[in-house]
Amino acid sequence: MSSSKRSTIIVEHLRKQQMWDALSRGKRLDGRDFSETRPLVIETDVIKKANGSARVKLGDTEVIAGVKVDTGEPFEGLENKGALIVSAEVLPTASPYIEPGPPDEEVVELARVVDRGVRESEMIDLEKLVLVPGKIVYTIFVDCSVLNADGNLFDATSYATVAALLTSKLPVFEMQDEKVVDSGNTQPMPVTSVPVSITAARIGDYVLIDPSAEEEACMDSRITITTTEEGFCATQKGYTGSFTPDQIKKAAEAATIKGKDVRAKLKGLEVNNG
Amino acid sequence: MTQIRNLIDENGKRIDGRGADELRTVKITVGAVKNADGSAFIEFGKNKILAAVYGPREVHPKHMALPDRCVLRCRYHMVPFSTDTRKNPAPSRREIEISKVMRESLEPALMLQDYPRAAIDVFVEVLQSDGGSRCAGITAASVALADAGISMHDLVASCAAGKVDNRIVLDINDEEDKEGQADMPVAYMPRLEQVTLLQLDGRLAPEQFDECLEKAIGGCKMVYEIQKQALMQRYFGNETELREEVQ
Repeated sequence: MSSSKRSTIIVEHLRKQQMWDALSRGKRLDGRDFSETRPLVIETDVIKKANGSARVKLGDTEVIAGVKVDTGEPFEGLENKGALIVSAEVLPTASPYIEPGPPDEEVVELARVVDRGVRESEMIDLEKLVLVPGKIVYTIFVDCSVLNADGNLFDATSYATVAALLTSKLPVFEMQDEKVVDSGNTQPMPVTSVPVSITAARIGDYVLIDPSAEEEACMDSRITITTTEEGFCATQKGYTGSFTPDQIKKAAEAATIKGKDVRAKLKGLEVNNG
Repeated sequence: MTQIRNLIDENGKRIDGRGADELRTVKITVGAVKNADGSAFIEFGKNKILAAVYGPREVHPKHMALPDRCVLRCRYHMVPFSTDTRKNPAPSRREIEISKVMRESLEPALMLQDYPRAAIDVFVEVLQSDGGSRCAGITAASVALADAGISMHDLVASCAAGKVDNRIVLDINDEEDKEGQADMPVAYMPRLEQVTLLQLDGRLAPEQFDECLEKAIGGCKMVYEIQKQALMQRYFGNETELREEVQ
């Protein structure tokens, strides 16, 4: 949603005072603590035509991600690595404020931030996805569709992407007479780490983890921090306000702690699948 | 990524001869575009970037106007010959994202409520690119906004820090960005002590996150001094000379 669309969400603005009152008492409008995330539900293998898929509900935000694996040319400068592309769209079903059409800058940012988290964490060992070095590699497309938007699309989309990748069955391609042939067998994805993104919104001096749409309509600024088992791999500050260095350090701490819980949940999917 | 060569030598010097805490040469010229209401040309290492500000002016299309404040619009654009291989002039997804984070990094510094129903347009054109073009662009845009006489709380200074050969260093250049381990661009308002841009690409150990952030903020403070000097030179440079002549 662009800022002009946001300003039309009058209900949220009317609730701003209510939200302030709640926050000053240490509670959020939906009763959560500042560092409490909404219930996270992950279902995998929901689309049989995809090589891997996941449907994630984070509160009322709902995202579905599908993985499609094919072969193609490697990216320029990355000749000996498979290609991994994460994209995202917000479907017109997701909210009354979204219209069909080419992605606006918020959606472009969403897709790029999720892609960055997966790429920079080196979640997938892309060097294992080469058929003919420099010429033919595996190409993995992860497409995410937001079905219902109730805030924090960044984390929901990231979890859907990671869940779909973790549970994907990679087709085994072989070279026969210089042609790519699908052997009909599958193998697990070469996973090296599990990136987890945690987003926080600042409203005044309060920093809230996993903001709802209502909270996002009142927020001054937003920060998304992605961690791996070993440390940090991606960050994005968003929206028009700012943060103090201390607020950022606290958000980074929260991302590490909260990230562990979500990672355990995501890793559970991998085990069940294997 | 496989390390092809060492980016830091045994004496702690980086490939362009800088130390870990050294900024590249930064030069800012205020008022570089005659027609613009405010402008600045910045050379940040090998980056050559022009920023021009038009406004406050009437909003087109009119329905974009806001009743209580000014609309800030920002475009970050790379010209086709600015990169190693020709860049398609159409805006890429990268440029759309940078335009957005750039606008969001400048907005906290501006008193937009002073200009209701108006628009301020910021155009950032990268003529020659090096690492850290978004930081250089924000730095130049902020000076251009000041040059345009827009009411501001503070200047926004921007600089990146990153990880190269497992060490945290200031102001990543092109080679270090491509072959290094992490890049963290930061924009900061030094007087208000507020971070207005923060991104991270690449892996950092938990204790390196704070170190990298602090280093980048330190870099922003250095850039801030250069911004202030450039504005002083533009507005008071001749005056000092005149005063000396009179005496």
